[in-house]
Amino acid sequence: MSAMWWGVIGTSAAAFILKYLGHSIPERYLSHPRVQKINTLIPIALLSALVAVQTFTEKSKLSLDHRALGLSVAIAALLLKAPFPVVVITAAGTSALVYHFN
Amino acid sequence: MPVVSATPASTLRDSFSVSFTVGTYGAAFGAASVAAGFSIVQTSLLSVLTFSGASQFAIIGVIGAGGSALSGITTASLLGFRNGLYGLRMAPLLKLRGFKRVVAAHITIDESTGVALSQEHLGQDAMRSGFWLTGFGVFLFWNLFTLLGAFGAQAMGNPAAWGLDAAVPAAFAGLVWPRLKSHSDRALAISAVLLALALTPLLPAGLPIIATALLAVLMGMRKK
Repeated sequence: MSAMWWGVIGTSAAAFILKYLGHSIPERYLSHPRVQKINTLIPIALLSALVAVQTFTEKSKLSLDHRALGLSVAIAALLLKAPFPVVVITAAGTSALVYHFN
Repeated sequence: MPVVSATPASTLRDSFSVSFTVGTYGAAFGAASVAAGFSIVQTSLLSVLTFSGASQFAIIGVIGAGGSALSGITTASLLGFRNGLYGLRMAPLLKLRGFKRVVAAHITIDESTGVALSQEHLGQDAMRSGFWLTGFGVFLFWNLFTLLGAFGAQAMGNPAAWGLDAAVPAAFAGLVWPRLKSHSDRALAISAVLLALALTPLLPAGLPIIATALLAVLMGMRKK
């Protein structure tokens, strides 16, 4: 079975188990303030790392290409408080333009 | 299950607008997933069965970048942990057993919890209605738009020619942006970027991303 199928099945199973546990276990086990704090910080770290890896790496090597310009435009759009679809579409458009002129 | 006609109009309105807006993001997921090499069936199954945006983007992002299934699942699960915390908050409100609890758990996400909590001033019935309506609403639109995005991306062909390879990190940036509320949040984001890039040539794909969770744990353990 391919990594993709394992990914689909494993992620779905883990996602459901986490959700169901929340509905089933007594609150005291997870409501510690430090657990809550770490829980708000983990997505910040992981999502930021994903942005970096998907923009600046290619097959485990660092790389600076059309995607970097696309991300720069996305960040500019976020700074201007643009809505999510605008952020994604302007980034894609910029990246595609640079890709075609290279 | 609440009777829709007894639900306050504002709860219905909030549930619908959140469901539709968030559901449209499903198109970005569908397109990104196909661009990452997942089939349309796998893409749809992720939206039906995982049904948690950040986890779904994580698994396709990690595997698409050459990471193993295990590192992808680990990253996705770390991101899905907060749904468990939402469940803790929703369980005493919903008071469910058996199959209904299974269904409620599956639709316990940012949006259903968020709308439920925002209805607090209208009472517990409105909170429960907000939870169910938003949970089912996001499920419907998220899956619909996932399919649209997946078919759209498949019709496009080469992902880079359409900028899809930049749309995915842009989508992640859009997801993380509203969470960067303080100086220490931004410092964490920048440290995570640098650590992940520094580790990329050294570790197998996927692990540099998981490693940044340690930064979050260290920062969270620190006393204020």
